Amino acid sequence: MIIFLAKRIVGLVAVLFAVSVITFIIFNVIPGGDPALRMAGRHPTKQAIANINKDWGFDQPLYKQYLAMMDHLFVKRDLISYQDQTEVLPTIARGIPRTLSLAIGAAALWLLFGIAMGVASGLNQGGWTDRVMTILAMTGISMPIFWLGAVLLYLITFKYRELPVLSWFPAGGYSPISDPVEWVRHLILPWITLSIVSIGFYARVVRNSLLETSSADYVRTATAMGLSRRRVLFRHTLRTSLIPVVALFGLDFGAAVGGLVILVEPIFGLQGVGQYAQSSVAHLDLPPLMALTLYGAFFVVVFNAVVDIAYAWLDPRTRDA
Amino acid sequence: MSGQGRTSPPTGRGAKGPPGQWTLAWRRLRRNRTAMTALGIFFAILLLCYPGASLYSRHIAHHGPDFQNIQGKIEVNGKPTPIVRYDGTPIGPGLRSEYPLGADANGRDLLLRVLYGGRASIMIGITSALICTLFGLLLALPAGFFGGAADGTIRWLLDLIWSFPVYLLAVALATALVVGGADIGPIHIESSSLLIPILVIAVVYIPYIARPIRGEVLALRRTEFVEAAISHGTRSTRVMFSEILPNVLPTAVVLFTLIVATNILIEAGLSFLGVGVPLLTPSWGNIIQQGYTQMVTAPWLTLAPGIAIVLTAVSLNVFGDGLRDALDPHARHRARFSTDPRGAVAETEVEAT
Repeated sequence: MIIFLAKRIVGLVAVLFAVSVITFIIFNVIPGGDPALRMAGRHPTKQAIANINKDWGFDQPLYKQYLAMMDHLFVKRDLISYQDQTEVLPTIARGIPRTLSLAIGAAALWLLFGIAMGVASGLNQGGWTDRVMTILAMTGISMPIFWLGAVLLYLITFKYRELPVLSWFPAGGYSPISDPVEWVRHLILPWITLSIVSIGFYARVVRNSLLETSSADYVRTATAMGLSRRRVLFRHTLRTSLIPVVALFGLDFGAAVGGLVILVEPIFGLQGVGQYAQSSVAHLDLPPLMALTLYGAFFVVVFNAVVDIAYAWLDPRTRDA
Repeated sequence: MSGQGRTSPPTGRGAKGPPGQWTLAWRRLRRNRTAMTALGIFFAILLLCYPGASLYSRHIAHHGPDFQNIQGKIEVNGKPTPIVRYDGTPIGPGLRSEYPLGADANGRDLLLRVLYGGRASIMIGITSALICTLFGLLLALPAGFFGGAADGTIRWLLDLIWSFPVYLLAVALATALVVGGADIGPIHIESSSLLIPILVIAVVYIPYIARPIRGEVLALRRTEFVEAAISHGTRSTRVMFSEILPNVLPTAVVLFTLIVATNILIEAGLSFLGVGVPLLTPSWGNIIQQGYTQMVTAPWLTLAPGIAIVLTAVSLNVFGDGLRDALDPHARHRARFSTDPRGAVAETEVEAT
């Protein structure tokens, strides 16, 4: 088990290193990506460009630039954006509670509704509950989430604003968790938006997994021994059929925090990490993008590793696969 | 069911004998009314976008998807109505032959743009899924077959692609390519080319194909018929492609269908972020991106392409689900509990033949 953990950690660091190198290379081979040209303003003199190149170290060989950037990012922690010359790390630090609020709330929603829908579907296989749940799940999987967010926002905060319940929802923005009611009020639409695809997906996975498990021999034995239906379901069937959810959850949560928020935050003006990424992309601003890609990759890789470890613990057969 | 595919030699073309796994799967699929309806809807969308768009453009609208008519007027209820009002609000949807879905801020016909946009979106979805599946198979086969160092390297590579946050990787690649185009050897890709979103999306989803298939190859590698082929001295490439590949193809086909749907959604997301399909070509994603700013005054610009995306994705997802049931080794157990009681009977009949 310790060797297994050590292997995972070495792999994790190697992946993060490769991600940083690849990001750096991608942004340095962009023909229009020369940061000096972009920073010098319109009609720059050659001298101005040379000065910027010298000041920012763009005239150094690439590997030195890379090392300097890593030094600023991890050791000195004072990485500065090319676009508006603001510090990158404080901006990310300001965004993280917003992004985590969004992702954790959405994750709670999709686990709760995904599993509930999947179980309801699987227990009534072929019945109308199953059909309705299947239709809902399939539609959920097929939603472009940013579009769903935009449509929800339009319908609830503009079109049907007069309806008493709906006027409770704000048109966007973020409110810190110190006031929980406001926090939920501002985040509930983004939560629904971010979780809808996963709800559909988990409902399908749980349903199929439940069906597969419920025909297993040990479940039949438990039923034959005279255990109540409820006891068989909760003690035997459900436990096993939720194992795939563990794997999926790790991956999806990592992907949500690390990437999907880029599509949801700008719609609702949450000003989190995703919105920062979106605006940095628009300006081809390497330093924040480097930090954000590593931040995203870190979440994905860590949750990947957590999944592998949890799996090895739940199912010893996978330990050396 | 898959046991048949695994133990019997590949069914020769035209050879008489028991029906192959694909024939059986097709028979099962044909009985699945939901899946067939979904397939029908997808074909209807294809028909609307391919011949439909040209026919509508030539015979009813008399202009193309890029034709702008900011100052023009059309008759609505006998009154001439401007296509785009002075405040920039375009005409909305209505029951008429001209601009039935309304227009956008440039006075372009929205129905026409959604139909032509479907061409780009569906084309990108299918092509990138094809490329993705091909590379996924090419990585998964040697990884599962040879194991050891080859497996380690390929798995690490997949981990690497996987751990790039999907949208950030796609955005990084697409931004890089959109600005300057790309040079791959002698081939130059223009920055306005559709190949850029296609390649970006294809790369991002390779692990989704390669990982599950690698697992299957790993299991197949230990089966007797593969051991037998190897002990006969068959070359590794031949074993991989003519013994193992046919057995993992069902999974690949199912994943392909589902990935087409995902890729259409990703195209929309990338276009929404401004790094997908260049604005010169209409696609469902960039129609939303352009119309989104007018959400309050002209919601149809966002709603129409979005609904088209959802319909297409739902039809593909439902069909893919049915396809999986038809091809899946566990299909028998599912068919027995199938919603269609006739399915169970027919299943046993097929079994008996």
